[in-house]
Amino acid sequence: MIELQEVSKRFGAVTAIDEVSLTIGRGELVVILGSSGSGKSTLLRMMNRLVEHDSGRILFAGEEIRSFRPEDLRRRMGYAIQSIGLFPHWSVERNIATVPSLLRWPKTRVDARVAELMTLLQLEPAVYRARYPHQLSGGQQQRVGVARALAADPEVLLMDEPFGALDPVTRAALQRELAHIHDVSGKTIVLVTHDIDEALGLATRIVLLDAGRIVQSGTPLEMLAQPASDFVTDFFGRADVGIRLLGLRRVSEYMRPVGEHPLHDDDEGPISDTLSLRDALSVFVSRRVDRLPVANGEGTIVGRLELRDLLRPPRPSEPGIAQ
Amino acid sequence: MAWVKNRVLLVLVGAGAAAAAGLPFLTHAPNRLVLGTGISLAATIASSAEAARAWALATIAAPALLLAASVFVRPGRAAHLGVIVCATVLLTGFVSLAGIHAAQLASIANELAPGANPDIARTSFGGSFWIVAVLSWLTASDAIARLGLKPVSRLLATAAVVAPVLICLAAGWLDQLSLLKEYAHRADAFSTALRQHAEIVVASVVPSLVIGVPLGIASTRDSRWMNAMRTPLFAGLNVVQTIPSIALFALLLAPLALLAARVPMLGRLGIKGVGLAPAVIALTLYALLPIVRSTAAGIRQVPRPVVDAATGMGMSPRQVFWKVEAPLAFPVFAAGLRVATVQTIGMAVVAALIGAGGLGAIVFQGLLGGALDLVLLGVLPVVAMALVVDAVLATLASSIGVR
Repeated sequence: MIELQEVSKRFGAVTAIDEVSLTIGRGELVVILGSSGSGKSTLLRMMNRLVEHDSGRILFAGEEIRSFRPEDLRRRMGYAIQSIGLFPHWSVERNIATVPSLLRWPKTRVDARVAELMTLLQLEPAVYRARYPHQLSGGQQQRVGVARALAADPEVLLMDEPFGALDPVTRAALQRELAHIHDVSGKTIVLVTHDIDEALGLATRIVLLDAGRIVQSGTPLEMLAQPASDFVTDFFGRADVGIRLLGLRRVSEYMRPVGEHPLHDDDEGPISDTLSLRDALSVFVSRRVDRLPVANGEGTIVGRLELRDLLRPPRPSEPGIAQ
Repeated sequence: MAWVKNRVLLVLVGAGAAAAAGLPFLTHAPNRLVLGTGISLAATIASSAEAARAWALATIAAPALLLAASVFVRPGRAAHLGVIVCATVLLTGFVSLAGIHAAQLASIANELAPGANPDIARTSFGGSFWIVAVLSWLTASDAIARLGLKPVSRLLATAAVVAPVLICLAAGWLDQLSLLKEYAHRADAFSTALRQHAEIVVASVVPSLVIGVPLGIASTRDSRWMNAMRTPLFAGLNVVQTIPSIALFALLLAPLALLAARVPMLGRLGIKGVGLAPAVIALTLYALLPIVRSTAAGIRQVPRPVVDAATGMGMSPRQVFWKVEAPLAFPVFAAGLRVATVQTIGMAVVAALIGAGGLGAIVFQGLLGGALDLVLLGVLPVVAMALVVDAVLATLASSIGVR
């Protein structure tokens, strides 16, 4: 979908991006991860030509991005940023309809699309349609920001620390919704963040950036289990790697099914099979037990998890990723 | 002091009462040259004919007492409306009483000396008239502001407060006041001056908009040329602002006279050292600073992320400007336009000194002739013009502008 070939960018004497090559496939959710000043925002902003690259080539849908008019290119890519940048003088409805209006969609189509997106992002259209940004909470504003980025059904969604300014609860809710949107739409998403847990939780692939170079690129599991260098290990927090690995795995992949091991009478309430092992570990410790019954979504007991199971490789051959 | 519910009103009513008690309401002189004797408000009412006294009690004493009582009423919609009505009636009462009393004095003078020209007796507003009239106006404006009306309703409410005064004026009730006598003598010259004044203002503000707005916008754009020019541009405009207007008129005199002499074509178009041309050029230069500065400030206060999002979503630079920057910059720009216009209306008075005409001509005629009423005849319309233009621009700005 997007291909960068030995792309560099200098600001005066500073090299912001140094010969970066990266291919982002259709339907991927690529998280560009890095600390402040690593060049991650610059890398993203080069993709929609908000920053022009100095050398190398950037391809979008197989064509050099400079062959597009910048406006046309940007209208095919959704864009959401940390400070949201909603238009304060426009209603929620008009904000979301920005790109469809630029593309001159007919009014009925725009209205239907706005209602659809507001519902997808849990904003009741009847209530919020006519409101202005200053009448919304921070979380609602960012929902509008994401809806606006998705409005014209762009082929790619570019997000620059979209949830950085939100409180942890709202952030988690919006991360879940983004994962859901990615699941149902299969859209290609490129997201920039410095939040390690956000990257591990959302990404199908993480690109770790430092001083304008890619240090390592891979699935969240690969980044934790096979770090390419000490820098990667340090970045993900040497001491926390184990905990973070557990956070990527689900109880359902590690539990022993009911048939194999009978339940004990003294077991307390079951845990959900969709929990991550990280959360399960917390339950083990707080209840001071070494085994827990596991229930599925309907509440039926489907298996049992023992403390030592956390150290085994997962039951199904493929390691899964908790969403 | 807990029983005082409206402190602003308390101050206004107190100041009004003190002024009414201490300063003359009218001054009367047998002719234009001698100094008049003051007549207090109480004396004015006491010496009025019976019908006029009843009218004064109804339109002055009653609303004044009601206003005093309103100080102790908890402010609310009904209270504000009551205050507006009382203040309006009071303002009308003061103006009409002055007019009626002037007429009475004129007829007495006529009886005493039947052959004499009644036109030369002068009854003018005294100090307390101005104070209580302005305080009534402030009281009404304050209450209107507290009502929290929409911009247009607010303008209409303000107009309703002055309407009765204009009706008194149109009905001829005030004709025996010296101000109106001065007007009667030179009605033609007055309307010419008023028209000229408006023309000078329009001819100065429009070019300063045409030059200033693009300049202001350009100053916010990032280019090598503009980055170098920005500081000298604003420094230059600031320097212009510090030159006294008379000095600037004088500075323009020589070059324009020279230009007109060299290029006779320009002279025939009216461009010469004195008259309209130097006045309009100077006033345009003065108006330029507030307009350039407010345009630039308006655009600069548009949040960076909003422009970034607009660009990132595929708006062309032109669309970013018209859809995002211009509407968001408008309220700040409109404030600058108000300042520029009001400032120009006032400064245009001085332009009369270099023969540009306008209401300033009447003011200076009055100053040189020692006729205070004539000065007032020139100044009052300037003040009124400034207030009206300011109110209309404010209303336009807030109804077009965004929250």
